[in-house]
Amino acid sequence: MNVAVAVYDVKQDAFAPASEAGPTPKRVVVGFGFWVFLLSDIVMFSALFAAYAVLVHATAGGPAGPQLFNQVSVAIQTACLLASSYTCGLMSLAVSAQRRLDTYRFAFVTFALGAAFLALEIREFAGMIASGAAPQTSAFLSAYFTVVGCHGLHVTAGLIWLAVMMAQVAIKGFRPAVDRRLLCFALFWHALDIIWVWLFIAVYLMGVLP
Amino acid sequence: MNLLGKLTWSAIPFDQPIIMGASGGVVLVIMAILGWVTLKGYAPYLWREWITSVDHKRIGVMYIVLGLIMLLRGFADAIMMRSQQAIAAGGAQGYLPPEHFDQIFSAHGTIMIFFVAMPLVIGLMNFAVPLQLGIRDVAFPTLNSVSLWLTASGILLTNVSLAVGEFAKTGWVAYPPLSELQFSPGVGVDYYLWSLQISGIGTLLTGINFVTTILKIRAPGMSYMRMPVFCWTALASNLMIVAVFPILTATFAMLLLDRYLGFHFFTVDAGGNAMMYVNLFWMWGHPEVYILVLPAFGIFSEVAATFSGKPLFGYRSMVAATMAICVLSLTVWLHHFFTMGASANVNAVFGIASMIIGVPTGVKIFNWMFTMYGGRIRFSVPVLWTIGFMVTFVLGGLTGVLLAVPPVDWQVHNSAFLVAHFHHVIIPGVIFGVFAGYIYWFPKAFGFILDERWGRRAFWCWFIGFHVAFMPIYVVGLMGMTRRLQHYDVVSWQPWLVVAAAGVAVIFAGIVCQIVQLVVSIRQREKLRDVTGDPWNGRTLEWSTASPPPAWNFAVLPRVAERDAFWAHKVRAKHGQLAQAREYKSIEVPKNTLTGFVNAFFAVVIGFALIWHIWWMAALGAIGAFVTFLAFAFREQDEVEMTAETIARFNRAHPTEVAL
Repeated sequence: MNVAVAVYDVKQDAFAPASEAGPTPKRVVVGFGFWVFLLSDIVMFSALFAAYAVLVHATAGGPAGPQLFNQVSVAIQTACLLASSYTCGLMSLAVSAQRRLDTYRFAFVTFALGAAFLALEIREFAGMIASGAAPQTSAFLSAYFTVVGCHGLHVTAGLIWLAVMMAQVAIKGFRPAVDRRLLCFALFWHALDIIWVWLFIAVYLMGVLP
Repeated sequence: MNLLGKLTWSAIPFDQPIIMGASGGVVLVIMAILGWVTLKGYAPYLWREWITSVDHKRIGVMYIVLGLIMLLRGFADAIMMRSQQAIAAGGAQGYLPPEHFDQIFSAHGTIMIFFVAMPLVIGLMNFAVPLQLGIRDVAFPTLNSVSLWLTASGILLTNVSLAVGEFAKTGWVAYPPLSELQFSPGVGVDYYLWSLQISGIGTLLTGINFVTTILKIRAPGMSYMRMPVFCWTALASNLMIVAVFPILTATFAMLLLDRYLGFHFFTVDAGGNAMMYVNLFWMWGHPEVYILVLPAFGIFSEVAATFSGKPLFGYRSMVAATMAICVLSLTVWLHHFFTMGASANVNAVFGIASMIIGVPTGVKIFNWMFTMYGGRIRFSVPVLWTIGFMVTFVLGGLTGVLLAVPPVDWQVHNSAFLVAHFHHVIIPGVIFGVFAGYIYWFPKAFGFILDERWGRRAFWCWFIGFHVAFMPIYVVGLMGMTRRLQHYDVVSWQPWLVVAAAGVAVIFAGIVCQIVQLVVSIRQREKLRDVTGDPWNGRTLEWSTASPPPAWNFAVLPRVAERDAFWAHKVRAKHGQLAQAREYKSIEVPKNTLTGFVNAFFAVVIGFALIWHIWWMAALGAIGAFVTFLAFAFREQDEVEMTAETIARFNRAHPTEVAL
């Protein structure tokens, strides 16, 4: 018997298929809705990826990928982001166990790792612009800065969101609405990882192919 | 550095009597309405019951009001274009200078697609889908209010461009490199881009909201194959919104980066690729056609079944056709630019795909005909719109099949023939459908039906006017007239364009009839009152509750055991198996919030500031929006309780709601 049936206590339809069970509980609805949002976000990224793929050779006499990408820095960035996803998972466990101190602790580590990722990315961008490889230089660089920068903006938004959520936990405590938002945050943070893996492959690995 | 960015007094075209007259008139009307509302003391009521409402029915009504008002604006543009082209033949230049004419056709397209068709379709979905699903609200009511008001923000910004600055002169598609800073240095394209970015976010949120609602929240027993067809088409439409609006957002973001920060996505220099914009734009643009037309198909399905007194013929094939169109619509975008220079094979693939997508549409046409066949049809106004649609749309679809053949398309690409074609599918497909839905659900929303006589007059004016206005456009298109001409040298086109202008006058008479219909109906509302909640002998759940429905829609969620649940219940009731006495429980309804309205205010501030490069104001707007969001996130109470007593009292006063 599925959860929705139990909640709505539909006696005569106890063995009915899930599609006839009536309204789904709020937590599932919110999680599902956020998944749909994430899909739309991924569609937006796919448009930017497509633009990057079209423009990757349009360097217009400017520098190309192999001259620009610093594999070491990118590797550290990747490590930071993947590790932050792990600590975000630990935070979710702490939230479902309603352990406040652990929640703060893992949220802090997640935040720090995300901020480190962002700092490295900004350093990379600043270095490129200083060396004359600005987004205005060529269509390739426009696309590169946009697709990577859009992910960076998402990470920034995630950091702000995480800070707000910790304030919510502190002020409002673990109530259903706060728990649901933390669930959505976790989904968001993991989705950024997925997008980063694509970026890592499509931009940084394929970008230095001989 | 200027504190107001690029904004100076010269942005207001004081020397242009047409523009100043029009915008002055708009300002006067707005002031008059605001003054009337304030004097009559309606402002608190409007604020409490409408502006801050998160009720899907009210949000739906507000969407429709927005759409109808903008229809007047978009139609005014149409009158100007048609009259200009009727006059400006040979040596005559007409009364509209080129730079003004260019803004008019750009604004006409933008407004009609984004700010007329979209709000009308989304409004009807908002109003009807939760009622048809037998539930109390959409999945995210506050988000719904945010969507509505973001759409209104986009509309406001577009209309501000009438008086302050200018609108795009690039056509409603804003192709680069023309829309790049190099060739469009004014603020017109920026108005276009920011209006659509802001309202686009609202539309995306609507899509997410409705996909979640339809897939996750339905009355007990309502499996997918028991949903009314309108809900299926709404599902398909919103799935497409989620799938393609982010592409539009990304594309416009790239063009904005080109214009504001000197990027090179679509520029002519530094490796930019303008055709990439065209591809991305139509990857959104073609599905957008179906986002608009599928819900209209759903309305026609409801109307055909209800007014024929028969279940819809071929329900399963209707669902399959809807979902097939939903998928296929993503595979045809290249037919908008066969002349791009892709290889013949690429053109062939997209040409064939474009023809295949006509097949499920044909399935639907046959289903509607078989639904009506052998039925006891009541020729009410919604049925007139439906039959008018079927007759007209089939022909419009056929010219579309013609355009899907690449060699033919090469001959008539960007000609008036194309203009005639897409009006020939969108006007009957979307606008006729919306009008059918408006008349069909009006009594549910307000408790009285609309006057039949004026409704018939409106239909005949629109139907005849449409054909008189657009058939000549096909002819001049085949004679070689390209679209968007401010004046032309071939005087043999002129008689046809004069006829087209006369057709617009007939359509205008139809719009007047619709306004009269509304006024007459409101004045005679006591005579037209429907106390049963079921004026058309309906089949689906929205007719089982009171008109207008209470905030909670259904005191007890209906239990659904088959398709057309309300019809089946009425049949059973005739056989004496009435529902048992009911017990009311208290219901939590979402609390009103000013989040949507305030957030939209800041969206307008941000948009206006960015258009005019007033950076400090944009920052202030962003902070304001963020604070609004925080205030919502930290509010203490999300819901208000409707006690069992309140519900019982309402149901004693409105004994129509049938217990299912």
